[in-house]
Amino acid sequence: MIQNLAFYLFSFILLASAVMVVTNRNPVHAVLFLILGFVNAAVLFLLAGAEFLAFILAIVYVGAVAVLFLFVVMMLDVDFAALHEGFQRYAPVGALVALIMFAELAFIAGTWAIAPAGSADRLFPTPSDVSNTVALGQLIYTSYLPLFQLSGVILLVAMIGAIVLTHRDRKRSLQQDLFVQHTRTPAQTLAMVRAPLGVGVALPEQPQEETL
Amino acid sequence: MLIPLSHYLVVSALLLVIGIFGIFMNRKNIIVIMMSIELILLAANLNFVAFSGALHDMVGQVFTMFVLTVAAAEAAIGLAILVIYFRNRGSIEVEDVTLMKG
Repeated sequence: MIQNLAFYLFSFILLASAVMVVTNRNPVHAVLFLILGFVNAAVLFLLAGAEFLAFILAIVYVGAVAVLFLFVVMMLDVDFAALHEGFQRYAPVGALVALIMFAELAFIAGTWAIAPAGSADRLFPTPSDVSNTVALGQLIYTSYLPLFQLSGVILLVAMIGAIVLTHRDRKRSLQQDLFVQHTRTPAQTLAMVRAPLGVGVALPEQPQEETL
Repeated sequence: MLIPLSHYLVVSALLLVIGIFGIFMNRKNIIVIMMSIELILLAANLNFVAFSGALHDMVGQVFTMFVLTVAAAEAAIGLAILVIYFRNRGSIEVEDVTLMKG
């Protein structure tokens, strides 16, 4: 009973915040609603028995991905009002497509059942004697080890890609360039001037290179 | 699992539909489009977890973890591309992307 109540409450908040994400005018509010939605989805995961994934969702998604969105939204000085125009124009088509798609999904959900012999085809049945985290670890470190390593490679590639894309060399700081220093000839920086008596000398041109 | 599977399926179908609706509605704002994609992936994950719980099979949860990994990588790369695009053009309108050549 209490589980049903929690399910309806959290799924209602999840769907309401999802609606707020896509219809909100202010993207900062949209990201905050996305965070709320992810937290509620984590509770739904918990109710389905996936404890580890619920915590992963709360930690990785709320803690990292949503905050990344928040950083980008706040960092970029975007005129969001201009981006919001065309909202009413696309609304009927979007609502039509969404309605048709939901009708199709509901049609499938109404006439669908698990095959009676399907439970014999389970790949890795949930063990009843260990906790969810242990059961997940027993799978991803044995049968799914290659995929697990591959997902680590994907994250590494994403990290390097994001750094390479957004890294910008700032020319403000002075840095040594040893090659330039060692191949420098005196003629580039030094001028021999014979000063006439009592006249003084005109200043020679400063060398243009800044990399010394 | 105490909650019937069909309840989970309805919630995740609604979430998917809201995400697709969001892509249609915010044709210009690529940040909201990316958040809609996150919602769609969350709907897929909810389906995986619900089936995993209903069928007592751990593979759904394993796969959900991989989906979460790919979604996080996608968000990081997408936002990085967004940042350099904004740095170049000073706006994030998706329709301007067709003007980029070379």
